[in-house]
Amino acid sequence: MGVEGVGARVARKEDKRFLTGKGRYTDDMVVPGMKYGYFVRSPHAHAKIKSIDISAAKAMPGVIDALDGKQLLADGIGNLICGWMIHSKDGSAMKMGAWRPLAVETVRYVGDAVAIVIADSLDEARDAAEAVVVDYEELPAVIEAVDALKPGAPQIHPEAANNLIFDWEIGDAAAADQAIAQAEHVIEVDIVNNRLSPNAMEPRATLGIYDAGDDHYTCYTTSQNPHLARLVMSAFYNVAPENKLRVIAPDVGGGFGSKIYIYPEEIVCLWASKKTGVPVKWTADRTEAFLTDAHGRDHVSKVKMAFDADNRITALKVDTIANLGAYMSLFSSCVPTYLYATLLSGQYDIPAIHANVRTVYTNTAPVDAYRGAGRPEATYLLERTMETAARELGISPAELRRKNFIRSFPHQTPVILNYDAGDYEASLNAAMQAADWNGFAARKEEASQRGMKRGIGMSCYIEACGLAPSQAVGSLGAGVGLWESAEVRVNAVGTVEVLTGSHSHGQGHETTFAQLVAGRLGVPIDSISIVHGDTDKVQMGMGTYGSRSGAVGMSAVAKALDKVEAKAKKIAAHLMEADESDIVIENGELKVAGTDKTLPWFQVALAAYTAHNLPAGMEPGLKETAFYDPSNFTFPAGCYICEVEVDPETGTTKIVQFVAADDFGNIINPMIVEGQVHGGLAQGIGQALLEGVHYDESGQLLTASYMDYAMPRADDLPSFDLSHQNTPCPSNPLGVKGCGEAGAIGSPPALMNAITDAIGNNMLTMPATPQKVWMAARATH
Amino acid sequence: MYQTNYHRASTVDEAVSMITGASEGKYVSGGMTLIATMKQRLAAPSDLVDLRHIEAMKGIQVEGRKVRIGAALTHAEVASSAAIGAICPALCDLAGRIGDPHVRHMGTIGGSIANNDPAADYPAAMLALNARIVTNKREIAADDFFTGLFETALEEAELIAAISFEAPERAGYAKFANPASRYAMTGVFVAKGSGGVRVAVTGAGSSGVFRQSAMEQALGANWSPDAVMSVDVDPAALMSDLHASAEYRANLVKVMAKRAVAAAG
Repeated sequence: MGVEGVGARVARKEDKRFLTGKGRYTDDMVVPGMKYGYFVRSPHAHAKIKSIDISAAKAMPGVIDALDGKQLLADGIGNLICGWMIHSKDGSAMKMGAWRPLAVETVRYVGDAVAIVIADSLDEARDAAEAVVVDYEELPAVIEAVDALKPGAPQIHPEAANNLIFDWEIGDAAAADQAIAQAEHVIEVDIVNNRLSPNAMEPRATLGIYDAGDDHYTCYTTSQNPHLARLVMSAFYNVAPENKLRVIAPDVGGGFGSKIYIYPEEIVCLWASKKTGVPVKWTADRTEAFLTDAHGRDHVSKVKMAFDADNRITALKVDTIANLGAYMSLFSSCVPTYLYATLLSGQYDIPAIHANVRTVYTNTAPVDAYRGAGRPEATYLLERTMETAARELGISPAELRRKNFIRSFPHQTPVILNYDAGDYEASLNAAMQAADWNGFAARKEEASQRGMKRGIGMSCYIEACGLAPSQAVGSLGAGVGLWESAEVRVNAVGTVEVLTGSHSHGQGHETTFAQLVAGRLGVPIDSISIVHGDTDKVQMGMGTYGSRSGAVGMSAVAKALDKVEAKAKKIAAHLMEADESDIVIENGELKVAGTDKTLPWFQVALAAYTAHNLPAGMEPGLKETAFYDPSNFTFPAGCYICEVEVDPETGTTKIVQFVAADDFGNIINPMIVEGQVHGGLAQGIGQALLEGVHYDESGQLLTASYMDYAMPRADDLPSFDLSHQNTPCPSNPLGVKGCGEAGAIGSPPALMNAITDAIGNNMLTMPATPQKVWMAARATH
Repeated sequence: MYQTNYHRASTVDEAVSMITGASEGKYVSGGMTLIATMKQRLAAPSDLVDLRHIEAMKGIQVEGRKVRIGAALTHAEVASSAAIGAICPALCDLAGRIGDPHVRHMGTIGGSIANNDPAADYPAAMLALNARIVTNKREIAADDFFTGLFETALEEAELIAAISFEAPERAGYAKFANPASRYAMTGVFVAKGSGGVRVAVTGAGSSGVFRQSAMEQALGANWSPDAVMSVDVDPAALMSDLHASAEYRANLVKVMAKRAVAAAG
C-alpha cells in the first residue's frame, strides 16, 4: 500500500466534487421556510447612533422582520470577545472595548453592523434595508495606529485611553540596551508591514435555524473551527447552551485565518431565527467581505540590530505598533505578541532580544490572524534588517546569515521558544545552488544590456506551528487549549471512518488523513472516510489554523490508530492462538510473525463486532478516541531566493526566478505540500508586490473591490522551484512540522530584498507597486 | 425600486422608439459596466433596451483602407478580425487586451465608446484614428465625441450604430495596465496617416481621453520612438489616484507613447 500511504503523491480525493461543482457550501444549504437576512451597516467610520427607525423597513414587501441592537441587548445576547488575555508591562489587563453584534450607541468602522432585515428574498431584504433610517452624529475618525496614539486623537472606546489596548514587552531590555551600547555596528531600520484583506474565494456565510419544537439551534457557517464557534457562542454570547447548539462548517472555500473568528453575523442570524421563527441565511457579498472580514498584518516597527566586530549579532531591539482596528477580534491580541515577538530570533543565535509592542484601536475593520499571523511580520522585519545589515556591513547576505545561524539543537531563544530541530544551512545551500547564486553577476550584466535592472534577494525564515502544549499557551493567556482529537471507527466490514476535530477548507485532509490510515492498516484509501466539520458528528476539537492539522490533528489520529491496532492485535492473537506481541499488521492482514498464519483485516473487524469469540473480558467493537496535546511547537524553516528584473522606465517588477527550499519535517503527500507552498508563495508575493488595504482619512475603504485591491494572478507569478531538506520533528509521533503558511511567511522579504537590490535603494515599502519602485529607483540617481 | 423592464430591439429604429417611451431607459449591449453598476445599485434604469440582436449593428466592412465596424461587435470579434488585422493590426491588438476573455466576448465597441470610461482602451483608438462615430442621426468626429469623464456628444436616445475610419499607414497601442483592474492606467495610441500624426492618451487625463499635440508635432517631424521622450508632459492635467500620481502618469504617457511608436514600426 506504499502508493497510498504516507509519502505518496495521492491525488486529492475531495477534488472531484470541488472541480465538478458538487461541493456543498453554506450558501448551498436550503431548508424549508428559509428566509434571507441583509445587514444594515454603518457608512461612517465613527459616529454616534442617535436613533434607528426600522418601522418603514418592516412595512416593505416580503419583509418578515427588522431587528436592531437594542432588541438583541434586551434578549441578553453578549458582546463579542477576544479569547487571549494579554497584560501590559505595568501588569494591567488589556483594554477590551465593547463589540456589540449589532451596534447600539456607537459605530466604529465603515461596515459596522447596526440592524438586520429578514425577508422572503434577498432583493426584498436589501430593498428594505435601504428603508432603515439611522440618524448618525458623525465623530472624527482615526485610521493609522501611529496617529491613534497621538495626544488629542479621536477616542474610540471609553475603556482604552489614548486608544492603547496594551503596552507589552518580551525579552531583556537591559541586556539588549547594553549590547547595543557596546556594539561595533548598530543597524537601524524602520519597517512597515502592510494591511491585507484575506479574500477567501468563498465569502463568509451563515444559516441560523431555530427549532422551537426541540428548543434547538443549528448554525451552518463558514468556519475553520466549528467546535470553537459553538463553545464561544454558548459560553459568551448566550445564544444557546452547547447541547442545544449544533454548528456545521460544511465545505469551506478558503479561510487563511479569516474564518477562525466568530463574527456578529452568526450570532445575529441564530438569534433572529428564534425571534422570527424562520431560518435566516446571510451570505456576504464581496464588498461586505472587503469591509468586514478581519484584515491581516498592519504593523509599524523600529528596529535596532547590533553586531560585534566579527559581524555576529549581539542584540535585537524592536518597537512595534500594531493596528487592531475598531474591535478586538477573537485572537487579535496573540498575533502581534506570542505569534510575532517570540519569532524574532529567526534562524539566528541572538544573545539578547527585547521587543515592545503597543496595540491600538483605530476606525478600521478588526485585524486578526491572516496566513502566518505574526510570523510573517517577524520574518519580514528580521530578514529585511539582515539584508540591510549585509549591505551596510559590506558582507554578502549569505555569509552574514551563515555566520549567525543556530547550529545546535535544542536551542533556547531569549524569547520563549525552544527550537527542537533544524538544519538552516542545508536549506540555504540548496536554495543558493538551485538559484545559481554565483551566476547572478553575469545575469545582471546581461539584463543591464537590455536596459533592465536585475536584483537578487534571500530570506531565511523560521516559523512556529501547532501552538502547544495547552498548559504552556494557557500560561501565556490563551482562553482555550490547543490540542486535537480524533476518533477512528473501524466498521464491521473493515472500512474506516476517521472523525477529526481538524477542519479542511482547502488543505486536503480527506486525502492526507486517509493516507495515514491506509499506510498504517494497509487498507485501500477508498475504504477510508474522513468526517469533519459537524459538532453533532465529531467529538470536541479545536479546528484548523496555524498549520496545526498535520502536527496536531494527524497526531491525534495516529494515537487513536495505536489503540485500534492494539485491540485488533489482541483479537487476532486470540483467534490465531498466537502471542499478541508476535502479531504484525501488513498489507491489510494481521500476521503471526515468522509463520504463514494470517487473518484479513476485515475478518478481525468482523470478529470485533460479532463478538462471538473475543478474548475474555474484552468489550465488543473496534473504535477508539484520542486527544493529543503536543509537547512543543513545531518549527518549519527554510530559505527562499527571489530574482527580479525591474523596468526602470515604468517601475514594473517581473519575478524571473523564485526558489523555495523548505524543511517541513516528514511529508505526508508531496503534491499537496507543493500546492500549499505554491499558494503561500502567491499570497506572500501578493503582499509584497500587489496587495494593500487603503482607507481615506475619513475612514472610507478605498480598496473595497477588485477594481482597486490587486490580487496576484497567474501571470504575476513565475514557475516556482521547490525543494525540501527535511529534519524530522521530534515533538510529534509523525515527525511533521506543517507547511500551510511557510510560503506566505518567507516570500515577502526575499522579494523586497531582490527589488531593493535591483534598484539600489533600500527605502521601499510593500506593496512594491510600479509607481513606488519607479520613484525609489529615480531617487537613487 | 430597482425593478427594470427588459426590451429586445431588432432594428435601430425600434431601439430608439423603445427608449423614447421609457421613463429612465438605458441602452445595454455587453453590459460590462452597466450591469455591474446596477448590481451595486448605483444605477437603476426603468428600462433596458438590448442592442445585441440588431443585425444592422453587426459586421465589419473593409473597402480598401476604409473600415466600418458595427457598434455591437464584441472585442473578441474585433481582435480576431483578419480584415482589420491586415490593415490596422494595432486595433486588433488593443481589442485583444481589453479585460479578460469573458469581457472580450460580451463587451462591445459601441458600448465602450458610448460609456467613455476615462480608463477604457477604445476611446484612445477612436481619437488617434480620427474615427467617425456613426449614430442613428448623424456622424460625429471623434475629436468632438468624447467630451469629458463618462461624457459624450450623444444626445438623449441617440444610438451608436457603427464607427468608421481610414486605416493609417502605421499605428500602435501601448498600455500600462492597472495592477488591480487591468484597465489602462495609461494607454497611448499613435497613428500616422494621410492627415498626419495623431497621439491619443487614455487612462491618464483628468478629463478623460485626450490628444497629446506636442507629441504629434514631435513625431510629425521625426517618426521614431525616442522623439517623444523630449516632449514635456504636464502633470497638471493628469489624474492622481490611489494607484498612480499625476507625476507618475506623466512619465507613463511618455514611455507608453515611445512603446506605441516602436510597436507601430
